[in-house]
Formats: sequence, C-alpha cells, structure tokens
Amino acid sequence: MNSAKQVLLDPIFNKNPIGLQILGICSALAVTSKLETVLVMSLAVIFVVAFSNLFVSLIRQQVPGSIRIIVEMTIIATLVIIVDQFLKAYAFSVSKQLSVFVGLIITNCIVLGRAEAFAMKNAPGLSFLDGIGNGLGYSIVLIIVAFFRELLGAGKLLGFTLLPTTSSGGWYLPNGLMLLPPSAFFIIGLLIWALRSWKTDQVEKDN
Amino acid sequence: MSRDSKTKVLTVALVLCVICSILVSAAAVLLHSRQEANKLEEKRKNILLAAGIYDATLPVEAQFSQIKTRIVDLQSGDFTDEFDVASFDSRKAARDAATSYRIPAQRDLASIKIRSRYKDVYLLMEGDALQQLILPVHGKGLWSTMYGFIALGADLNTVSGFAFYEHGETPGLGGEIDNPAWKQQWPGKKIYDAAGKLRIEVLKGSVDPASADAIYQVDGLAGATLTARGVSHLLAYWLGEDGYGPFLDQLKQGEVTP
Repeated sequence: MNSAKQVLLDPIFNKNPIGLQILGICSALAVTSKLETVLVMSLAVIFVVAFSNLFVSLIRQQVPGSIRIIVEMTIIATLVIIVDQFLKAYAFSVSKQLSVFVGLIITNCIVLGRAEAFAMKNAPGLSFLDGIGNGLGYSIVLIIVAFFRELLGAGKLLGFTLLPTTSSGGWYLPNGLMLLPPSAFFIIGLLIWALRSWKTDQVEKDN
Repeated sequence: MSRDSKTKVLTVALVLCVICSILVSAAAVLLHSRQEANKLEEKRKNILLAAGIYDATLPVEAQFSQIKTRIVDLQSGDFTDEFDVASFDSRKAARDAATSYRIPAQRDLASIKIRSRYKDVYLLMEGDALQQLILPVHGKGLWSTMYGFIALGADLNTVSGFAFYEHGETPGLGGEIDNPAWKQQWPGKKIYDAAGKLRIEVLKGSVDPASADAIYQVDGLAGATLTARGVSHLLAYWLGEDGYGPFLDQLKQGEVTP
C-alpha cells in the first residue's frame, strides 16, 4: 500500500499530473501570463482537489456506481463555486483577472481524474493528501510557466519590474509571444523534456 | 439495501443535492454584501483614477465624497431625477426595453448596438463651479467590450484623464491601454476644434509633435491597431451627437447647471 509520504510527494515530480499525465493543460495555458494570478489559481486548485478527494472518499462506500461520476462532479462544482464566491469577496482584483478560469476548475481534468482514480478506492486521509500532492504538482508546473512568461513577456515578476522594457524607457524588448497562450505549450514541452531526461522511466515505450 | 438499487440512487442524489445547494446558497448569500461593496468601491476608485485625484493611502469612500453623481437623459441632454442615484446601473438599464435605446447601425461607431437612454455622470465640484466632469464610456475593442471613464476639465473640451477599468484585450498588445505611460498622453488633449468638430483620435503610429493636429491626437499602440481604433471609435460615439453631445452642449451654454 502507498505510504502517506509517497502519496503526497509522488505527484510533484514522479507522477506530475501535467508532466506525466498531460492533464489540466487548458488552464495551464490560460492563466499563466502573470505569476500573481497563478498563485491564486494554484491555491484554489489545491483546495478543490484536496477537499473533493476527501468528500468523495468519505462517501465512496455509499455512492451507487451508476451515478458516481455525477456525484463527483456535484461535489467538485460546489467546492468551485464556494472558492469563486470567496475570491470575489476577499480577493476582488485577482478574481477579476482570473475571471472564468476559477469556474473552469470544474472541468479541470485533474480534479475529476483524482476523485475517480484515487479517492473512490482509498481512505479519506490518504485521498486528502493525494489531492494536496496533485494540486502541488499542478501548481509547480504553472508557477514555472508563469515565471518565464511574465519575466520574458513583460519584464516583471509579481508586478515588480526586473527587466525594464523599451516601452517604459528601459532596454528590454519584451517577447510578445510569451504573453499569448501558445507560448505555454513551448514552456510545458521543454519542461516535460527536462523532466523525462531526469526521470527516464517516464519516457513512453515505443509501440 | 443494495448499493445500486433505485431507492439508493435516488436517496444519494437527493441528499447530495440538498447539502450542496445549501452550501452554495449560503456562500452566495453570506458573501453577497461584501462582493457588492467590492464592486462599488472598484467603480468609485476608477472614477477617481480617471479624474487623477486617487490617493491609494486614503479610503476610497472618503475621497469619493467630493464627487457628485447625477443621471443624465442623453436624448434631451438634461439631468433627470427619475432614478435613484445610488442604485442606478446603466448596464442593467441597457437591458431593459423601457430604458434602452437601439443605436441605428450607421451611427453605431462604438459597435455596442444597444445602450441605456440614461447615463450616470460624475461631477467634481469646487463650490458651485464644475472642476471636472467624468463620463462613463464603452465600446468594442478587438476581442472585448472596453469600459472606461473619461474625465473632462472645466471647459468641457480638455481631457483631464482617461482610463479603462474593464476589458479583455490581449495582454501586452491591446492590453497596453492600461499602460500608465500611454494613459499619461491623454491629459491636456482637446476633443473638439474651434468649429466644434469632434477631432480626438488615437493614431496608427506616433503623433508628430510639430503637427497642428497633435493636440487632438494620441500615439497608437504597437501591435494593437484594432484596439486603438476601437478607442477612437468609442470616443467618437460617446462624445458625439448620439452620445453625450447634447448634454455637453447644454452644459457649455449654461442651459443646464450642475
């Protein structure tokens, strides 16, 4: 059986949801033009995955197989709406920038994937840790992507100017591509390459 | 009772739905007043920002107390007291058939199709004299509808500030309408020429400072021609005959007084 530590830490590098399973790419493209929004998005996703795993696991003995997916979705949707409402009340400016993407956590494949693949078969404590671990794995990739996109695209990090751009009188000519969603594909691609060169067992076998 | 029996399926679904809906409604109801307060504060902050008098160290509410809000009937160009100033929302009014106005296609420069017949305007007064008039404007950019405030000086012809508070333009390209360096160009620009013709516009490229027209022109945004064109168009619409034109005329001639 999995040890708690493995369940928590494996998804970060060994079984990263974005890096290995290529899940959750949509939001990884959409919200990563700024580090600040990514941090809030990451916290929101960690919260949703952890608690959806916990609740799904708590009721897993009771849920009839025929409606289990919709039960999982209902729990996830409830958590996402609560997070969205809290952000609108307490982190208004960030929630404006995240706009629909908080709501779209509902469709983040990682959340449903973990509920279905892990929480339905494991005890609540472990499921909760698995949720946190996968949330962290997702967050790390997003943070790395946003780091490069904000730095190279706008010359800033968390809104502080590091590379003064030519448009505000500095020397750095920003790379406009970095501000557009497709640039995240390049960065995620490079990341997966790096990850698989380091952990060679993640490389897919030729068929 | 078997786990997959019909009764079980119905019970689980029902109980789950009830619990989830209670949680969702509780969150929505309990946080509603705080969310509304956030929205109002955000709007007031943007009005102060457009007028160039926002001070981040002071509470927004205290700063906003120097600004008077009035509702204007755009067609007659006069103030109206038909609506409660505190709760008036021109976006809601635009959706209500009784208070909305369908803009004829050939006049719809800002591509907004429909607008409220009434608009909330903000007056910064010093005694009885109008210092600044802040007008809400909106129109289509490249991807999104851009919402902003333009502040006019006491002569009602000089821009004293212009800023968007909501848009979905591409960050780094059209999104540069939020760039402080670009926004700084607006104060001091003139809207109408001596003949009363609306002249203000965003160019494609940079303004030639030697040109006689420079006073009406603002630099374009690199890589954002369509967003910049949207900005020109929405100003042309809102400051023109179909927008605040009649109101501004009457205000200038002293036929309506703040």
